[in-house]
Amino acid sequence: MKFDKEYDASGLACPLPIVKTKKALNDMAPGQVLKVLATDPGSVCDMAAFAEQTGNALLEQGSENSKFVFYLKKA
Amino acid sequence: MAKKMALIATKGTLDMAYPPFILASTAAALGWEVQIFFTFYGLQLLRKNLKSIKISPLANPAMPMPVPMPVFVQMLPGMESMATMMMKQKMKSKGVASLTELRDLCQEAEVKFVACQMTVDLFDFKKSDFIDGIEYGGAATFMKFAGESDVCLFI
Repeated sequence: MKFDKEYDASGLACPLPIVKTKKALNDMAPGQVLKVLATDPGSVCDMAAFAEQTGNALLEQGSENSKFVFYLKKA
Repeated sequence: MAKKMALIATKGTLDMAYPPFILASTAAALGWEVQIFFTFYGLQLLRKNLKSIKISPLANPAMPMPVPMPVFVQMLPGMESMATMMMKQKMKSKGVASLTELRDLCQEAEVKFVACQMTVDLFDFKKSDFIDGIEYGGAATFMKFAGESDVCLFI
């Protein structure tokens, strides 16, 4: 999937993946896509909750090289 | 309309310092309006330097220890510092943010910090002991925001 920016939250534990994802999205324009990598298992549910609560759509989620991958579109 | 969360932080040990900052930073990341009212030992969390925040193994039966530690060992001089150091090291190795980092993230996300004026006076704190950007107020100040909040937690 095409993305405009990547943020690697590997090795970081809650709440950093979400809090830093929000920070990364702040500097992006509406419509742009952020790719987030994470190793924290809790981030799977957290990203879905984050997307729902903030309106930044979770386009796709999966795994890549044993890391969780999320694609978020800035609202 | 964005949700509101009011937190009261009353504890100053390492384990109890995390919940208010984690909850506040997460809620702020979700777009909520958050206020933390720091009172009693929670005021320790407003110090410029958070290095003094400790955790004691004494009378803390829920604290996981690498080896079983009888109470009379827990109270020996230096055990508190050792337990604190071990906890911090473990947190670092597991990618848990430091208290300072979490607090900075909260302030960046415009979480409002309110210090309880009464306990500031009680413990003879000076404004210069604390970080910048905090307000001072009493219980009525907290009640106002707490009354409007969707989530109100006592820590």
